[in-house]
Amino acid sequence: MPQSAEKTKDHVSLFKEPEYTEMFAEKKANFECRPSDEAVLAQSEYTKTWEYREKNFARQKAVINPAKACQPLGAVFAAQGFEETMPYVHGSQGCVAYFRSHLARHFKEAVPCVSDSMTEDAAVFGGLNNLVDGLQNCQTLYKPKMIAVSTTCMAEVIGDDLSAFINTAKEKEAVPADFAVPFAHTPSFVGSHTTGYDNMIKGVLNYFWDREKGEVKPGASNGKINIIPGFDGYAVANNRELKRYLDDMGVDYTFISDVSDIYDTPSDGTYRMYDGGTKLDDVRDAINAKATIGLQQYCSDKSLEYVASKGQSTASFHYPMGVGATDALLMKISEISGKAITPAIEKERGRLVDAMADSQAYLHGKKVAIFGDPDFVYSMAAFLLEMGCEPAHCLSTNAGKDWTAKMEALFATSPFGVGCKAYAGKDLWHMRSLLFTEPTDLLIGSSYGKYLEKDTGIPLIRLTFPVFDRHHHHRFPTMGYQGALRVLVEILDRIFEVTDAASDISYDLVR
Amino acid sequence: MSLDYTNDTAAAEALIKEVLDAYPEKSGKRRAKHLSVAKATEEEGVTGCGVKSNIKSIPGVMTIRGCAYAGSKGVVWGPVKDMVHISHGPVGCGHYSWSQRRNYFNGTVGIDSFVTMQVTSDFQERDIVFGGDKNLDAMIDELDVMFPLNKGISIQSECPIGLIGDDIEAVAKKKHKETGKTIVPVRCEGFRGVSQSLGHHIANDAIRDWVFEKGVPEFETGPYDVNLIADYNIGGDAWPSRKLLEEMGLRVIGMWSGDATLAEMARAPKAKLNLIHCYRSMNYICRHMEEKYGISWVEYNFFGPTQIAASLRKIAAQFDETIQANAEKVIAKYEALVADVVAKYKPRLDGKTVMLYVGGLRPRHVTNAYEDLGMKVIGTGYEFGHNDDYQRTGHYVKEGTLIYDDVTGYELEKFIEKIRPDLVGSGIKEKYATQKMGVPFRQMHSWDYSGPYHGYDGFAIFARDMDMAINSPVWNKFKAPWKAA
Repeated sequence: MPQSAEKTKDHVSLFKEPEYTEMFAEKKANFECRPSDEAVLAQSEYTKTWEYREKNFARQKAVINPAKACQPLGAVFAAQGFEETMPYVHGSQGCVAYFRSHLARHFKEAVPCVSDSMTEDAAVFGGLNNLVDGLQNCQTLYKPKMIAVSTTCMAEVIGDDLSAFINTAKEKEAVPADFAVPFAHTPSFVGSHTTGYDNMIKGVLNYFWDREKGEVKPGASNGKINIIPGFDGYAVANNRELKRYLDDMGVDYTFISDVSDIYDTPSDGTYRMYDGGTKLDDVRDAINAKATIGLQQYCSDKSLEYVASKGQSTASFHYPMGVGATDALLMKISEISGKAITPAIEKERGRLVDAMADSQAYLHGKKVAIFGDPDFVYSMAAFLLEMGCEPAHCLSTNAGKDWTAKMEALFATSPFGVGCKAYAGKDLWHMRSLLFTEPTDLLIGSSYGKYLEKDTGIPLIRLTFPVFDRHHHHRFPTMGYQGALRVLVEILDRIFEVTDAASDISYDLVR
Repeated sequence: MSLDYTNDTAAAEALIKEVLDAYPEKSGKRRAKHLSVAKATEEEGVTGCGVKSNIKSIPGVMTIRGCAYAGSKGVVWGPVKDMVHISHGPVGCGHYSWSQRRNYFNGTVGIDSFVTMQVTSDFQERDIVFGGDKNLDAMIDELDVMFPLNKGISIQSECPIGLIGDDIEAVAKKKHKETGKTIVPVRCEGFRGVSQSLGHHIANDAIRDWVFEKGVPEFETGPYDVNLIADYNIGGDAWPSRKLLEEMGLRVIGMWSGDATLAEMARAPKAKLNLIHCYRSMNYICRHMEEKYGISWVEYNFFGPTQIAASLRKIAAQFDETIQANAEKVIAKYEALVADVVAKYKPRLDGKTVMLYVGGLRPRHVTNAYEDLGMKVIGTGYEFGHNDDYQRTGHYVKEGTLIYDDVTGYELEKFIEKIRPDLVGSGIKEKYATQKMGVPFRQMHSWDYSGPYHGYDGFAIFARDMDMAINSPVWNKFKAPWKAA
């Protein structure tokens, strides 16, 4: 008998016991009608070929393992970053169950969010009643300061008009007339979660700057810089890291959506449904900032365009990770604020460069494949180039042609970029073909990369959302010089682990 | 080993009143029908758990429920391993359900098995405007090129499909004609019904309409052929179950749908008996097989030794004396293991209280497993149960047990906060809020990435895990020592 109370075997080892392996073999032989082992092996080998790769890249309609989610996920994430705000999704309720689970699995935190549970009758008659009741219930039960409404594709297909519906709800006194209910239409058949993030940020700004009291004109400058972080699985630590720099430089700032507290609440006996986040008054006042910076351009295009329409200057970055990207961000902040980059920060920079110099021999020429959101892939590639690595395959399912052009321009800046290629709109089944036909030393992406790692044997480094199967990565930064140091160490660790495992002779104590 | 206890009816009733007071009047009235306390009935050992169920969730209250797509793709169809399951519509549904249910299987991913893949038509705006049928047609051809060893394809409809008037059935018929393969269109759009539950039903109907009598592999039947129905092999659950059935001399000719192949689904009507674990999600197809093929069905429960033994005897009673004798041998074989597990964990868990909120069968089925370890279930409820589930629950829970149907985030949080049970068993959405309160928690959908929990082998793991959660030293660290107690 394989099981015992003394040494309890769970799924990890139980199913390797002969009682089970024999049962599996019998089941397969007698009941499953699967293809022969030879056929499976042959097909398995065939998928590694250039011929299969060509067929794979000839796909027009089938999307297989795409590395992107849909708009409302980003909208919920963005909404969660405001003070005592309840994200509210107008449409089918199953979507909300999915968003909450998805974010909870990454952050290991509760993710409050409500749905107005539209079903068949709402599909026919529209979801106005759902919204009216939903807003009232949500406000009464959960007592938020703001309810941020986004939509599922169901509500979008039937064409529900959030602006009109919310006005009606207020007329019916579902919520007080002056209660903040910003909204964003977030059809999941357009763009991805990064688009939804952008739409919700714009919706919140638009509510406070245009809708709350009619159009507000910017007044005297409040001297602050607004920062839109973008959809970032590491925002908990990255936002804090960036604030540390800003505080050190004496720069006044407002994060437009800051999830660093709500996605990192303490365990002390009290469950906090709301924690931290951007104060609503700060959002109101953000119109008077000196400038607004988007840390991830593809998460804030429309929001920045809207901010610019208020006469404010804007700038955007691509997930500032690595030396040059952090330099550029800090210099921009210094330029806007007139505050100098402090000696302490400069020293941190020096320490990062020191670490890179110490380790450069192990990084030089290493080929790396990357996948993720467009901003992340850009900055990861840029940082790899700084380390002398070759970001050979750069894939972003939710990127477009302009991103490809930017990536090509980036490759052209470095001799290590020769032969590197950007794949916009491709999925992880494409990546599989790339890795089999043109293998790399490392793969960088999210937990979804573990299937590629398993199939190709190329070590995966988890550095972007979602990370479901490793714990607490998001509690440490990836942005800034400290973040870059952490990224560097993660890459080095994998390289050393691979080297240690590769040869008994080269099993060196010192490297 | 069944425990004799009652829970505090008055306290539970007061709590219900307290949470209902927080609602706007109209919603409070609606919610009142879903909350109750188990009452003694005239029947010995059976309580009354009367609540309204399977009704639309109230907007804006934070229901924990999912949708029909989740019930079909996520539960019933997704585990069928040698078929490619298309999440037909926008990218999200397939993304969020990608590899999230731990339906274990043996096979080579992307070659002859496709369970842990996210295959989607990734609808764009033009598909909404012009319809997705043409692209679906082309996509099925592409999937056959990419995955030539697939045995069939299912089309799992997302919300827009039914709203824009696509005819996926026509596409399925056409592609079946062209390829000869099984193509199953499933109308499980997320807005249909009130929860996952209708998705199960629709998925069951799709098996009936698009798999049965559409070609069955050559197969010689035997006198002890059974189907293992509605075990999704989460963390490998169905395997210890299968092992027990085989040990008692039965032949499992189909696993539904954990680790299943299409052949196992198609062959099912040849069985002598259907054994159903999750009644909620697959009673429909069992009833169909009973009506059409005369196959009777038996509900069983493989959680914890009390229920396992009772179920093995109940199943054996459907067969001859040989099988009945074998069932006794199987029960005897595992007696020592059970005694060891109970001896090890009962002293650590005795008298501990549990609140459950899960789906399918678990809100009732795991009750005796806890009681086998000396624990008491003081509250339970279903995400998407129906009246017949609550009736069955009366056979499990004691008088005074708090019953909550389609509980809202607010209610569950308040219940937990006030009752402070020793353990909560629910899902990922409920896990962290509960733990922040200092209350131990186990995910009872995914087994918190552990398992299997079914069968005797699983009971040892179940006991270990519950002990791990409840007796972790971390719960003593919540209060900073400089804070007054």
